[in-house]
Amino acid sequence: MLSITVIGAGIAGLWQACSLAKAGFAVRLLEQGDETLSGGCSWRAGGMLAPYCEAEVAEPLVVRLGLRSLELWRNWLPAFSQNGSLVVAPSRDPASLQRFGRLTQGYETLDGAAIARLEPALAGRFNGALYYPTEAHVDPRQALPRLLREARELGVETVFHRSAKLSDVDSDWGIDCRGLAAQDAWPELRGVKGEMILVKSADVRLQRPVRLLHHRHPIYVVPRDEGIFMIGATSLESESRGGVSVRSAGELLTQAYSLHPAFAEAEILELNAGLRPAFPDHLPRILSRGRHLFVNGLYRHGFLLSPALAEQVVQYLRRGAVEPELFHEY
Amino acid sequence: MFKVYDIRLTNRLILGTAQYPSPEHLRQAVHRSQAEVVTVSLRREAAGPGSGQRFWELIQSMGVRVLPNTAGCRTVQEAITTAQMAREIFSTPWVKLEVIGDDATLQPDVFGLVEAARSLCEDGFQVFPYTTEDLVVAERLLAAGCQVLMPWGAPIGTGRGLNNVYGLRQLRAHFPEIPLIVDAGIGAPSHAAHALELGFDAVLVNTAVAKAGDPPAMAEAFAQAAQAGRLAFEAGLMEAHDLATPSTPEFGTPFSPWSGHA
Repeated sequence: MLSITVIGAGIAGLWQACSLAKAGFAVRLLEQGDETLSGGCSWRAGGMLAPYCEAEVAEPLVVRLGLRSLELWRNWLPAFSQNGSLVVAPSRDPASLQRFGRLTQGYETLDGAAIARLEPALAGRFNGALYYPTEAHVDPRQALPRLLREARELGVETVFHRSAKLSDVDSDWGIDCRGLAAQDAWPELRGVKGEMILVKSADVRLQRPVRLLHHRHPIYVVPRDEGIFMIGATSLESESRGGVSVRSAGELLTQAYSLHPAFAEAEILELNAGLRPAFPDHLPRILSRGRHLFVNGLYRHGFLLSPALAEQVVQYLRRGAVEPELFHEY
Repeated sequence: MFKVYDIRLTNRLILGTAQYPSPEHLRQAVHRSQAEVVTVSLRREAAGPGSGQRFWELIQSMGVRVLPNTAGCRTVQEAITTAQMAREIFSTPWVKLEVIGDDATLQPDVFGLVEAARSLCEDGFQVFPYTTEDLVVAERLLAAGCQVLMPWGAPIGTGRGLNNVYGLRQLRAHFPEIPLIVDAGIGAPSHAAHALELGFDAVLVNTAVAKAGDPPAMAEAFAQAAQAGRLAFEAGLMEAHDLATPSTPEFGTPFSPWSGHA
């Protein structure tokens, strides 16, 4: 049995470990942080599986891999909730909604009454929306521990508090999923800072993620269990490891309030920030150096792309076949 | 060819660098438009040690002249501090000075603008002030030491084109020797061509390119439009007339008003 070491237990590394173990490889997973998995940017992600919406800014490759990932998530999680996602814009800015519709597919156009049927909490607040019925979302803070549990059940050896590089690894194959930490190998990787806020509200109920378009500060609000909502996310050209700025918090919270005024009474549970690893074209890459693979550049699409990227790596190791746009050999 | 602060520029399109789907899209937009100058915002939260460095390095690697801007600054002091930071980061005396006076329209605070411009010019900066088409403000900015003006076409990001053509025409006529660059509000290549036809030296475009379905292609479209507009200005545009004038003589042709059949 071929042995593989995966470095990094973020969403990319966990999917790699599980998929490779399932495919019959002997997998070891190394992670520099602890077992809570709360150290990396995956923990701070929105967890939206929205390949159609991402087409607004992302290339067709991301949409294609995202659609495949959606299937893989659905196969993996039996109770996977596929409630779709909703895109709204302030009524004085219909052009934003029009533009979003022009750049994406897979949606239905809703009027005010249809919005009220779908999301009663938003009744009377918006004249129009785009509804993407086949999109979905997961809660990263449930999905990550669950993937870790699954990895162990599949026989993956997990080692925490172990900071490593592929050059330290003696397995047959090594897969680097360290995200931004892999800047030591790929200097063109850069961090794009994202800030998020978790709030708890007893008054607002949403069934699905809602994106509020705005010409300056677009946001999304993702509902989670127990009345918790994730409000995200800024996108700053910054690699500063610091937390959330007052300005960003103000922008995010103001927009959440304009989505629904009841958010004014919500309790702030957490302000947090992470650095998304991105290549200059914002596309994911599988980089190969002999028996070392780097899976990186997932940018804001970690949850959306990880399953498909894991599948690609399994196919590569078995048959040498891989999506050519994704694969770079050095 | 035109000159700003003794630098000769041939391309009449200046590109903003914000809001592109990725830095790679921006790089291709610069490449296809052959833009020589790009403007870069120093969002304050991105400044400071090791923060926005990567993005700025990417821009510097594009081989273009960088015009740092003070976008988003609301006070004189904020704008001056940002300009000083920009000078250190990009090693250039150039700065596009923005002092925003109104949140909804992002209209320049022209009083703060003149004050900040004076202070920065005294400090050795070469200031490109983002202003309105107001003639008196323009006079004050020149008196403060600015040698180029950047009047708005329409509010930032609206894509409405030239809102006050009369005012812009006046500005051009009033300052025939000063380089004038229309900044903000340009939504379509035809708007860019229009500005250049009026005799403006260049246009600065960001949102209309960055948010296009295909930003590099749109950048090229803007570059061509700016070039066409300039060529038309140099060639001399005809005046508009109320009466139709045939471009070929009609006298004596069948069914013409003169042929007796009308």
